[in-house]
Amino acid sequence: MTHVGLEHYLVVSAALFCLGLLGVVIRRNLIVMYMSLELMLNAATLALVAFSHHQPPSPHGSPLDGQIMVFFIITVAAAEVAVGLALIVALYRKRQTTDVADLASMKL
Amino acid sequence: MTDSELKLTLAMVVLFLPLLAAVSIGLGARRWRGLSAGLSLGASAIAFVCSLILFIKFHGAPSGIVPATDAAFNGIQWLHLGDFKVDFAALIDPLSLLMLLIVTTVGTLVQVFSLAYMKTDAGYSRYFAGLSLFLFSMLGIVLASNLLLLFIFWELVGVSSYLLISHWFEKPAAADAGKKAFITNRIGDFGFLIGILFVWQLHGTLDIIALADMGAVTTTAGLLIFCGAMGKSAQFPLHVWLPDAMEGPTPVSALIHAATMVAAGVYMLCKLFFLFTADALVIISWVGGITALLAALMAIQQNDIKRILAYSTLSQLGYMVMAVGCAGPAASLFHLTTHAAFKALLFLGAGAVIYSCHHEQDIWKLGGLRKKLPLTYRAFVIGALALAGFPLMSGFFSKDAILAQAFVANQPLFYLGVVVALLTSFYMMRCVLVAFHGDARSEAAKEAHETPGEMIGPLLILSALSIGLGWHYFGLSNFLIKVSGAVIPNEITHSAKLTAMIAGTAASLTGLFLGWMAYRGVKQDPLPAMLGALARGMRDKFYFDELYAGLNQWTQERLSHYAAWFDRWIIGGLAVRGTSGAVDLTGCLLRLVQSGNLQTYALLLALGLLVMLTFFLF
Repeated sequence: MTHVGLEHYLVVSAALFCLGLLGVVIRRNLIVMYMSLELMLNAATLALVAFSHHQPPSPHGSPLDGQIMVFFIITVAAAEVAVGLALIVALYRKRQTTDVADLASMKL
Repeated sequence: MTDSELKLTLAMVVLFLPLLAAVSIGLGARRWRGLSAGLSLGASAIAFVCSLILFIKFHGAPSGIVPATDAAFNGIQWLHLGDFKVDFAALIDPLSLLMLLIVTTVGTLVQVFSLAYMKTDAGYSRYFAGLSLFLFSMLGIVLASNLLLLFIFWELVGVSSYLLISHWFEKPAAADAGKKAFITNRIGDFGFLIGILFVWQLHGTLDIIALADMGAVTTTAGLLIFCGAMGKSAQFPLHVWLPDAMEGPTPVSALIHAATMVAAGVYMLCKLFFLFTADALVIISWVGGITALLAALMAIQQNDIKRILAYSTLSQLGYMVMAVGCAGPAASLFHLTTHAAFKALLFLGAGAVIYSCHHEQDIWKLGGLRKKLPLTYRAFVIGALALAGFPLMSGFFSKDAILAQAFVANQPLFYLGVVVALLTSFYMMRCVLVAFHGDARSEAAKEAHETPGEMIGPLLILSALSIGLGWHYFGLSNFLIKVSGAVIPNEITHSAKLTAMIAGTAASLTGLFLGWMAYRGVKQDPLPAMLGALARGMRDKFYFDELYAGLNQWTQERLSHYAAWFDRWIIGGLAVRGTSGAVDLTGCLLRLVQSGNLQTYALLLALGLLVMLTFFLF
């Protein structure tokens, strides 16, 4: 069994990010796109936690900057989900659809 | 009130009263014909009285082109840009006082004459407003204390002459003549303006008094300044506008094209005499001489009474310019003064003839007026004799002064001047004999009757001036020599004076005699048969108008054609339409990107991020 290093975490994080991006670009349902977006966010938090863990210790002890940032991200993401889902619900009530292909009224 | 305060106050009254009259006529008084005429006439009459007081009181003031310190008033600070300072100030020296007097005298007499002459004209009020505006501009030139101010009034004279020449603007000929006068003057003025800039570059000031201390500028700058005089005083080759300007009302011709506007050029040359180098003066004198000769030749074959006078004006202006070129501003100004009197007299006399013959101007259709218009006839003869330099008339003395000057300075020009004097008396004899003697050759001439008092009065006053102005008793000649001769002492010997007098008198009498022989009792002009092509050339003004028209066609019309092409296709097509087209096209293309599809945007965003990352990381 090999040692699990920073690179492994980062590869997983990149893979998650790409999957999330793929989901955003390909899936047409707004809710699913939104889930994919959350996936991308989580990829970023994973990378941050990994960076924080593998940071060399300073004279004042082990720094936790990355992990603190992740807590903030989780908090903000929770609020964001509440707002985002509310928007999607409002949109659905108005248009009776969550398919992005039907939501192209911004076209010039 | 001190003397200098009095001087300034009077000068400002003289200058601004005509403007006041013009403005008030323009603003409302024009509805009442009598009021308009009264305002205008009153303004110029008061201006005349003030000028007279000024002249009598101050003409003996410290003289010379360089006036004493109190001659210029520090007026209103007007334009101060760094070192460049122009004040609105008046330069009142004996020379400008004399000129003020000439302008206001002729101006007032012409307005009195106009009361009757223009009586039935629809644009009566407009006419008087124009005359007042003209007087204001002309007086401004006379009083201007620096070159820029002079130039401004110079242009104002151009504008008001345009208004007056095109007074009967519904007549295409009059409208064209106004345009021609204005544009021809503009050509000269352009040179004048460049000349002024040269002077400023060389001396760093435009103030006439300051310039007088610094002396001559370069020949080029001097000649450019002369360009201005060439336009205003109608010197060859810019002489073409003056004869056409006869389309204006006859009193206007008397005022502008005989006594004042055309005199502005000569006055300016004399006032700025110190600016010219010897080389410049030689060129100036030859331009004057050529103008004098050409115009005299053209005058011989004109049939329109006003045109004969117009060409004689040209010729006399050539004389004056020639005199300036021969280093004799005093002689030039002397002739300018006497010429103002007798040419105004001749024009007003012609106006009286035209008025009483129902606007018939062709001398071959007049005739026999000697009996019908006895007073006008006498006045006209006096004017003609003065112009011809008949002994003891005013023109005799001033012409002799010029000839003497030429004799000392430039012998060839002296002989040219004598020939011109001969031609002058010849064509004046022709004009008088054909128009006034013999039998009436048309209905209009048969029914002619003497003109009203408003027209006769000015004629009588001007007749007296035309006879006496040159006499030594009045001391005009000596006054002018004192005023303007201080710069270059003219060493005119007694023998030169005598030669000039004998030659001038001989030429004058010979011309009169030849004219008498050729035109006594004739029914039609004998000259074309004798001279053939030369007479035709004289009649057609040596084809200058055709030459200029052709030149115009070749250069300006062609240039404008190309300019129009450039404007239409390069500026309009390429620059304007091209820019708007390019923007339009880019907009259309960019519009395709705005699909409204959320996922396209997301993809583009991701790709953009990728590009940026690639760029920054690798």
